[in-house]
Amino acid sequence: MAQPKTLFDKIWDSHVVDVQEDGTCLLYIDRQIIHEITSAQAFEGLRANRRTVRRPEAQLLVPDHNVPTTDRSLPIENEESRIQIDLLRENAEAFGLPYIELDDIRQGIVHVIGPEQGFTLPGLTMACGDSHTSTHGAFGCLAFGIGTSEVEHVLATQSLIQRPAKNMRVTVDGALPPGVVAKDLALAVIGAIGTAGGTGCVIEYAGKAVEDLSMEGRMTLCNMTIEGGARAGLVAPDQTTFDYVRGRPMAPKGAAWEQAEAYWRTLPSDPGAAYDKEVTIPADSIEPQVTWGTSPEMVLPISGSVPDPSGVEDANRKRSLERAIDYMGLAAGQALTDIRVDKVFIGSCTNSRIEDLRAAAAVAEGRNVAEGVHAMVVPGSGLVKHQAEEEGLDAIFKQAGFDWREPGCSMCIAMNGDMLLPGERSASTSNRNFEGRQGPGGRTHLMSPAMAAAAAVNGHLSDHRDLI
Amino acid sequence: MQKFTTLEGIAAPFPMVNVDTDRVIPARFLKTIKKTGLGKHLFNELRYDEDGTEKPDFVLNKPAYREARILVAGENFGCGSSREHAPWALVDFGIRCVIAPSFADIFNNNASKNGMLLIALPQETVDKLMEDADKGGNARLSVDLEKQRIVRPDGETIDFDIDPFKKHCLLNGLDDIALTLQKDDRISAFEGAHKAAQPWA
Repeated sequence: MAQPKTLFDKIWDSHVVDVQEDGTCLLYIDRQIIHEITSAQAFEGLRANRRTVRRPEAQLLVPDHNVPTTDRSLPIENEESRIQIDLLRENAEAFGLPYIELDDIRQGIVHVIGPEQGFTLPGLTMACGDSHTSTHGAFGCLAFGIGTSEVEHVLATQSLIQRPAKNMRVTVDGALPPGVVAKDLALAVIGAIGTAGGTGCVIEYAGKAVEDLSMEGRMTLCNMTIEGGARAGLVAPDQTTFDYVRGRPMAPKGAAWEQAEAYWRTLPSDPGAAYDKEVTIPADSIEPQVTWGTSPEMVLPISGSVPDPSGVEDANRKRSLERAIDYMGLAAGQALTDIRVDKVFIGSCTNSRIEDLRAAAAVAEGRNVAEGVHAMVVPGSGLVKHQAEEEGLDAIFKQAGFDWREPGCSMCIAMNGDMLLPGERSASTSNRNFEGRQGPGGRTHLMSPAMAAAAAVNGHLSDHRDLI
Repeated sequence: MQKFTTLEGIAAPFPMVNVDTDRVIPARFLKTIKKTGLGKHLFNELRYDEDGTEKPDFVLNKPAYREARILVAGENFGCGSSREHAPWALVDFGIRCVIAPSFADIFNNNASKNGMLLIALPQETVDKLMEDADKGGNARLSVDLEKQRIVRPDGETIDFDIDPFKKHCLLNGLDDIALTLQKDDRISAFEGAHKAAQPWA
């Protein structure tokens, strides 16, 4: 009998073009998504070397990082942003690549629109010049975040030079308690393994709590995989996956669908497949999580308090904790629920899908944003925005005093003018709480959409379960 | 790509752990459409006050380290965003080599495409090199990629491991797209078989 294989092994093995003597592989890449921030220099490189795009139809271009989330009928004020967005369109035209315009209802964050359009499919390999490409692993799609040189490499050769990753499995047994969602699970995993816990690995998420997640939840979980240092995240495709993908504009249809689904059903890891690293987390032990510091691993249950570095032995670690507490303007031992916020951001490739907006709206409904707090909701795509408006979520948010905006990366990366001012503090559904990530001197606490909405209405970090 | 063969120079101590690429270069400097000129924004928040004046306490602002060619850093250097602007900024500043206990995967790939050598060594060994780096201009390190060897100021040598393909590309300054294009026939053959097996792919 053949050696049992993991989901990762199966996708990897079916995409190896060439293996060198030293073990370096050339891996075929089925799809690439391209945005305006990490691609200009790649296209410049192609031009400089008189190279062409090998497979234009395998690319999808959309602006997202640097786009205004305010009135789209107005010209983009920031000149550099405008140049970058215009250049993306020019490159799409020059090389004949599929491109979604800023004013197209399909426009949105790369990791929201790929799945939405059916561009992301199980069993494929995918790349994008963005670390959160791990998101697409929710579909059992092997998806890598890459740099600009590699974007150029994929454009020119439809492949990447790689070595096989190690197999790591994170098993979450049992059921998540009520009010505990994928974001809490993702943060709890990073808290457990650390920000470098997945280095060199592809993490496969397994167990009942993962199987029970919706596609939106699985995308949140896989999205945050890069914050645990892994090359990619994966969830085995199942009926939940197929139900989401079926009927999407770029998904296979008719007989091709039948053939594809039959193949996708063979992808889950074989019984007895070996993993290099295994972590098990009981789902019922997880509470709603918030980060207190400046790395996603600096995370605690909302019932916790800011840690005390005085007992930490390792000098570098201790210094890092002290620096984080100082930067965040907190005190050791302070209850997390005592932390007041200035801004609330509900959005990003982690948490801007319809389910996320519903969860936030359920908390916001019939309440008001606390005085002095500015809370914004930025849908992940024009289609998410449209659906939310059909469901009346925009009215709930606006009634409660939230700012309802146009889709984009917005204050997750703070390139487009949506940002924290020095010293300001946010409750954010995004993925990174690094120093200055949401603006120089800004302080970020990461959490789920319902938790962010609870922070908005209470004016401080709160357990959203107390508002249900 | 610029070759990396040997490097001799001042090493700057940078013991912070989990240095993310937002810290190496904040997102607001990613609006550029060029690879060049990013060195002035390297470690922007650590390096400059809000009004743009240099913070004298920051290591690369100290006279001893303004010409540093090597960083000795804490574990998990380069985590976070995939921005290649991070190695572009380091190289533009003059840093061609980072030594640390570990590196994040994407940064590791990005560095090697830009003629930059990353050397992962056990924490105890990095601690020794950190002591050397603390001595400023009085202690220069030399790195020989061919021999996979670092020579400390006192003459002690430290051997390091590196992926053989990365070594080959760095030593020869190879453009890996050109290398891959030599395998164009194999890519085409793969594509044909793949298309037949998975027409939706």
